[in-house]
Amino acid sequence: MTYIPISPHERDEMLATVGVQSLDELFDAIPAKQRFPKLNLPPAWTEMEALEELSNIANANENARGDLISFLGAGMYHHYIPSVVDHMLRRGEFYTAYTPYQPEISQGTLQAIFEYQSLMAALTGMDVSNASHYDGATAAAEAVTLAHVQFRGKRNRVVLSPAIHPQYRQVIRTYTQAMGVEIVGENDGLSDVRFSAEDLQALVSEETCLVIVQYPDFFGRVYDYKKFIDDAHAKGALVCVIANPTALALFKTPGEMGADIVVGDGQPLGIPMWFGGPSIGFFTTRKQYIHKMAGRLVGETVDNKGQRGYVLTLTAREQHIKRERATSNICTNQSLLALASAVYLSVLGKAGLKQVANLCYQKAHYAANELNKVKGYGVSRDVFFHEFVLECPQSASEINAHLLEHGILGGYDLGQDYPALKNHLLIAVTEMNSKEEIDALVSVLSEVKYG
Amino acid sequence: MVNALEATSPKVVEPTVFDLSSPGRVGVQMPAPDVPAMEAPPSHLLRSELPLPELAEADVVRHYTRLSSFNYSVDGGFYPLGSCTMKYNPKINEDVCRLPGFLFTHPLQPIETAQGNLALMYQLQEWLKEIAGFAGVTLQPAAGAQGEFTGILMMRAYHKSRGDDKRVKMLIPDAAHGTNPASVGMMGMTVVTIPSDSRGNVDLNALEAACDDTVVGMMLTNPNTLGMFDENVEKVISLVHGCGGLMYGDGANLNALLGIVRPGDVGFDVMHFNLHKTFAVPHGGGGPGSGPVGAAEHLLDFLPDPLVGIVEEGDDETPPLYGFITPAKTIGRMKTFHGHFGGGLVRAFAYIAMQGPDGLKDIAQYAVLNANYLQAKLRDTYKIPYDRICMHEFVAEGRFEGSDVRALDISKRLMDYNFHPPTNYFPLIVPEALMIEPTETENKDTLDAFADAMIKIAEEAKTAPEVVKSAPHTTRFGRMDEVKAARELVLCCWLPEGYDLS
Amino acid sequence: MNAPSTFKYAKSDEWFDPTTGKIGITDYAQNQLSDVVFVEILVEAGQEIAAGTPIASVESVKASSEIYAPAGGKIIAVNQDLMDKPETINADPFGAAWMIQLEGAAEGDVMDAAAYEKHCEERSH
Repeated sequence: MTYIPISPHERDEMLATVGVQSLDELFDAIPAKQRFPKLNLPPAWTEMEALEELSNIANANENARGDLISFLGAGMYHHYIPSVVDHMLRRGEFYTAYTPYQPEISQGTLQAIFEYQSLMAALTGMDVSNASHYDGATAAAEAVTLAHVQFRGKRNRVVLSPAIHPQYRQVIRTYTQAMGVEIVGENDGLSDVRFSAEDLQALVSEETCLVIVQYPDFFGRVYDYKKFIDDAHAKGALVCVIANPTALALFKTPGEMGADIVVGDGQPLGIPMWFGGPSIGFFTTRKQYIHKMAGRLVGETVDNKGQRGYVLTLTAREQHIKRERATSNICTNQSLLALASAVYLSVLGKAGLKQVANLCYQKAHYAANELNKVKGYGVSRDVFFHEFVLECPQSASEINAHLLEHGILGGYDLGQDYPALKNHLLIAVTEMNSKEEIDALVSVLSEVKYG
Repeated sequence: MVNALEATSPKVVEPTVFDLSSPGRVGVQMPAPDVPAMEAPPSHLLRSELPLPELAEADVVRHYTRLSSFNYSVDGGFYPLGSCTMKYNPKINEDVCRLPGFLFTHPLQPIETAQGNLALMYQLQEWLKEIAGFAGVTLQPAAGAQGEFTGILMMRAYHKSRGDDKRVKMLIPDAAHGTNPASVGMMGMTVVTIPSDSRGNVDLNALEAACDDTVVGMMLTNPNTLGMFDENVEKVISLVHGCGGLMYGDGANLNALLGIVRPGDVGFDVMHFNLHKTFAVPHGGGGPGSGPVGAAEHLLDFLPDPLVGIVEEGDDETPPLYGFITPAKTIGRMKTFHGHFGGGLVRAFAYIAMQGPDGLKDIAQYAVLNANYLQAKLRDTYKIPYDRICMHEFVAEGRFEGSDVRALDISKRLMDYNFHPPTNYFPLIVPEALMIEPTETENKDTLDAFADAMIKIAEEAKTAPEVVKSAPHTTRFGRMDEVKAARELVLCCWLPEGYDLS
Repeated sequence: MNAPSTFKYAKSDEWFDPTTGKIGITDYAQNQLSDVVFVEILVEAGQEIAAGTPIASVESVKASSEIYAPAGGKIIAVNQDLMDKPETINADPFGAAWMIQLEGAAEGDVMDAAAYEKHCEERSH
């Protein structure tokens, strides 16, 4: 009866009002032979027991705050989250509200999403943002839908850079498997880190509705895609850039480079790693594509008292009205995490986010320089942000096992997705890594060479 | 000119973070680098300007605290939004999901270092299987809509794997949520709408006529959005199975069935759960949700990649080693990593653990009692088009003979009585629908007060219709101009340089 | 109801003017949709279409509708202005809010104004 505030006496009164004798009688419509199954579940915990048991479960993990020094990124990053963020998120007025369908009593959520949209448009250098998607990968998949609908099925090919996060590529394949689009790029001889933008451009044709690249790419490299995007546009294709939001504090925006759509995962903006989710997918675009964009949108308006207010707008594009003609079935956004991102970007602001990006950049380059000095290891000379490829003298999995013995969570083993790179680790360094930690990594890796 | 503009510009109740910004203000400071200065990136790769606001920490706290005060929430009051299951969100769940062992684990760290998380996920899969009667569960889908998408992809893959390529029709009752047909639309399948009969059940004749060897399956929400448990559900399922189709269960309304009946036992082949409805994961102002999918034996091979499984059996001394496994004919990955672990799975795990089998049955029984109690209290005042024992929700008509007051007006007027309105204009088959779902976490006093307000509004609709039609009167914000919002499309407060305002 | 008597009408609320070859949606349709905020014409000048082809998509604040050609033929003009000013559909559905213009048109399954008005009346009860 936890959380049910009805006394036995009240229950009986209510049953009498309904006109039945017992609670069980309310379920006569259920097929009798399947009614009231005995569920084989453990007996209920009290709140005290729940806290105890869940603490034990949580403690059975090794985490990046207390137990391990982490150099693992690959799409999810260990950043500092200012205390303010969770204080705002824990306000019941925010987290126990539903989708803001009734704008008169939902202005808190609506304005927060409007601010999130504004902040993401500013960060990516684009005209408009929607209210968010589930994560970066599903946002990228929705970019395919936009492009496919934009060309009304006349262009059915999507070019994916092989330097896109492997899981993003998998999700795009899942989403498009019944859409009648062909995915090219990853299995066309461009299967490892050494492919070039020209190789990728060669795959773009009159059949292409969308080209997707990542910035910085999965290997951490920062390219200016301006010419690449111009060339793709010359063939009539749209271009989507998957971006890391922290990197955008420092580097040229995809908007400036001419991207039509910018998506990415907003987890670095004030959201804990939480074993991978929930996170938030941002989606920004040019204003001519607003009507083809999936997902919720908040727009500014006025109320009947002459006050500025906000509403969900262009809702006729969405599933609850368009039903099978809608381009996407998405109904929710990641509202609470949009709030987290808005609070994070507001409290760090212009100066703070630059500081975060700069710390990532400086520390990652320090790490790369030091590792490059160790015999047997090599770091490529490409421009990178806070993640880089480290060539190792042994297989990446052996290196990682050794690092773990020293309490270090190593990088991502690239051999899992790129067979030619089985001796390569993707190392991520953020503001959370101190110089001592980086030096420890270097020193443990030095042992490996001779160990 | 300036004055004329000011005269017409709307009154700002709360400025945006951009309005509040003042150059040079700083919020949270980051430490100085502790490594030697590195060579800067090439200047042609750098962005010139970062147009983010500049605020102090206190500015930010005051701003968002004020914004929060503009929201109606479950913590603040009764929220009978039909089909959304706006139940109380237990506070302990907020604490446990933020334990450092959960917050600071990376999804790609070695499984040996994440056995707590993996054990929790494995256990939750097992519990959801048991609760709904399925052979397998994926925790990956991010929300109910993504769960649907997952389920339909699995149905499609199942037929294709049998060389059964001509199945293109999905049968969907007219009372269904819009996500059902939209999910089907994403797949290039055709939707065949099946009407409801006079008791709110699927019309069996229409269903029978639609069943043939081109049917992928049927998507059924049961109890449906009228709050009715389909009295012929066994017949419906046998008709669909009879033509080779599969039954998809939309678990939106599972709250009514916990410990009452298991959809898998009745014959559903695949179903999504809404952890944010049934299992008290807070709605968060519209997300994140969590939409695991359960599957019967014959669909297990098609589940998304990966599932959590036991990769090394344990024994009396050592626990098993949990890890990831890939189903043989998987439809692929639905999102990055492993689902909404922290925000969804941990909270739902804690909630189920604190209920146990008896507690789960109590939830359904009291959710259904509360709905029937409200229905009984309102029956004499509001037309209930499908009037029988309902499940966890019911639908009333928000209109009265000789009055032009509509469901929307009643909803807005409820705000003046400090209640959140029910779902409006849904399901589409009831004119001026008001869909009311009280949930089990409301006490009798609240239900009585809500019924009184509804009855009072019905009187007002006759005696003072203008008061109802111009509601709300007591809220800080009034009705919004939605046409202006859609035509002018101001979607962000920061406009890029050179932005063309036309 | 003010349906021009010289036009022909489809059951799905599109009109066709046999004199000019223009096609649009009716006053009844715009009224049902309420405030139109978006129009996208899905076909291009020069294209040959059959009656029943989807030619446009219209969205209002609360509804959305697919528009089908009540007649077939060669498209000689598309009303670009309408896409910039979707509210024209509410203001002047039978005039300025035409969507496409056909040449050598063959009518599909259409009715005359009187029959159409009857069709509308039946639905408003």
